[in-house]
Amino acid sequence: MSLSARETADGVRSGQRTTRSVVEEVFRRADEVGAGKDGLNIVLHEDREASLREADLRDGKSGASYLVNPNARPLKGVPVYVKDNIATTTLRTTCGSRILADYVSPYDATVVARLRKAGALIVGKTNMDEFAMGSSTENSAYGPTKNPIDPTRVPGGSSGGSAAAVASGMVRIALGSETGGSVRQPASFCGIVGVKPTYGRVSRYGLVAFASSLDQVGVFGRTVDDAALGLQAIAGPDPRDATSSPIEPQAYHAAQHDSLEGLVIGRPREYFPDSLDPRIRDICDQAIERLKSLGAEVCDVSLPHTSLAIPVYYIVAPAEASSNLARFDGVRYGLRLSGDGLEGMYEATRSNGFGPEVTRRILLGTYVLSAGYYDAYYRKAMAIRGLIRRDFEQVFAAGVHVLLTPTAPTTAFKLGAISDPYEMYMSDIFTATANLAGIPGMSVPAGAVEGLPVGVQFLASHFDEYRMFVAAYALERAIAGGAV
Amino acid sequence: MAVSEFDVRHVAQLARLAIDPARLPSLVQELNGILGHMEALGAVETSPETGDGRLETTAAGLRSDEGPPIPLAAARETFAPQMADGFFLVPRLATHEDLGSRSP
Repeated sequence: MSLSARETADGVRSGQRTTRSVVEEVFRRADEVGAGKDGLNIVLHEDREASLREADLRDGKSGASYLVNPNARPLKGVPVYVKDNIATTTLRTTCGSRILADYVSPYDATVVARLRKAGALIVGKTNMDEFAMGSSTENSAYGPTKNPIDPTRVPGGSSGGSAAAVASGMVRIALGSETGGSVRQPASFCGIVGVKPTYGRVSRYGLVAFASSLDQVGVFGRTVDDAALGLQAIAGPDPRDATSSPIEPQAYHAAQHDSLEGLVIGRPREYFPDSLDPRIRDICDQAIERLKSLGAEVCDVSLPHTSLAIPVYYIVAPAEASSNLARFDGVRYGLRLSGDGLEGMYEATRSNGFGPEVTRRILLGTYVLSAGYYDAYYRKAMAIRGLIRRDFEQVFAAGVHVLLTPTAPTTAFKLGAISDPYEMYMSDIFTATANLAGIPGMSVPAGAVEGLPVGVQFLASHFDEYRMFVAAYALERAIAGGAV
Repeated sequence: MAVSEFDVRHVAQLARLAIDPARLPSLVQELNGILGHMEALGAVETSPETGDGRLETTAAGLRSDEGPPIPLAAARETFAPQMADGFFLVPRLATHEDLGSRSP
């Protein structure tokens, strides 16, 4: 899509473009880049005829109220791809898993309903690591997604399909989900913007649960403004999700008009270890200099428990996953395989339906919750999770508004390059802390190493996405304008 | 704390997963590799005050690690009108017609 989400909506609203022409452009671009299984393998499910029919219906309903009030349909005619763990009534929801191969949800997720209400069209469901367990989108039962910038490399994960859909120019907005960095890390690998809101900012109703105390729906945008519009459409309280917050969202797109004067940006030293690739460190430091030149105050801060985030995360997340995924037993959802009686059916269904990484994490989660190990692993991890959260609270209470860090320790790596599970888990080293603490974070493209994108991450205090967007808009403008 | 093949089989049973015996040694190795990195947590001083308050609830007790079948207060046969091969048999509904032979 050459036009931004805002320009597309304005064009459709004013009658300069039809919704059909927008949707046709999406599918034309998808064909050009090879978004199907034999190409980049971005899209798992779509119904082009139905999408075009829906576009025609929308074009026939261009009522006067939409013309005079852009707030009524801020995403009017804007096409959006949705990660395949977000429930849709019109397309299957497989979570990248064989166990849900034919599953169609009887209801739309709240985020999908809100996108539709805002005027957006859901044009397809994107590939992902099975049940969002992975950092490369290589764990999908339907094959890996390839990075549009270099198809020999991964797009990151687990929301790699959505990231690739935006990066390849098919759409300007896509939805992903985050449990430990699954929006921000692929955004960094693909050179786009990725936002993980505060836990509770966006409804999880209809998001297939992986680790319920960590999961959040996130947004990809080609630009900061695309991401702001996308988040604006889905954020806010939802009576269907008990964990959604009653705190009303702010107008994120208004952050583009704010100055950086008075904004205090912290540079946490633990996110810049000696082992960090010096080229990634340089890109972060350049971003800091740009923001300083625009009036931000920058200070060094410490988050001392950062190095413990991955061990904590890989106890807490699998523990919750082992419980959440117990529901996939062949009775209520998807695949059912015959076995010896009821118990045999459960075992046959689950053993054949889940892939290797999901199986590994269920075993790990069941182990750390089992008798004799619960205190040593799960209880200990939850105690240290409290310390990680307290680190952030103390830094923000001291007057820091936003933190700037690398999003990921590397650029996009080659497909198949990482076989050791823990080495893969370390991809989330700079992102998992935000999920454990429940704070918002976003990745913004800030440079490249050998042609591969590098993102910097902004983190903010709970429900302070607005100041994160102030910094992100400013950095994006400064980079585009060549400042510093 | 290293896991053994016995541990993995036990945990797999709790999780209702069948593990191919040929896959067992590599799974043990992978899990021990991951759990080895968790040992760093043991060195961190924590107290109930430093932890996440949500953990300290006593509302729900822990159950023992007994594998399936999960014990019920009464045998399934005592409250199911009809059973076959461990499954409940329920009356066929009109809405099941479309499913044909897929219904148990």
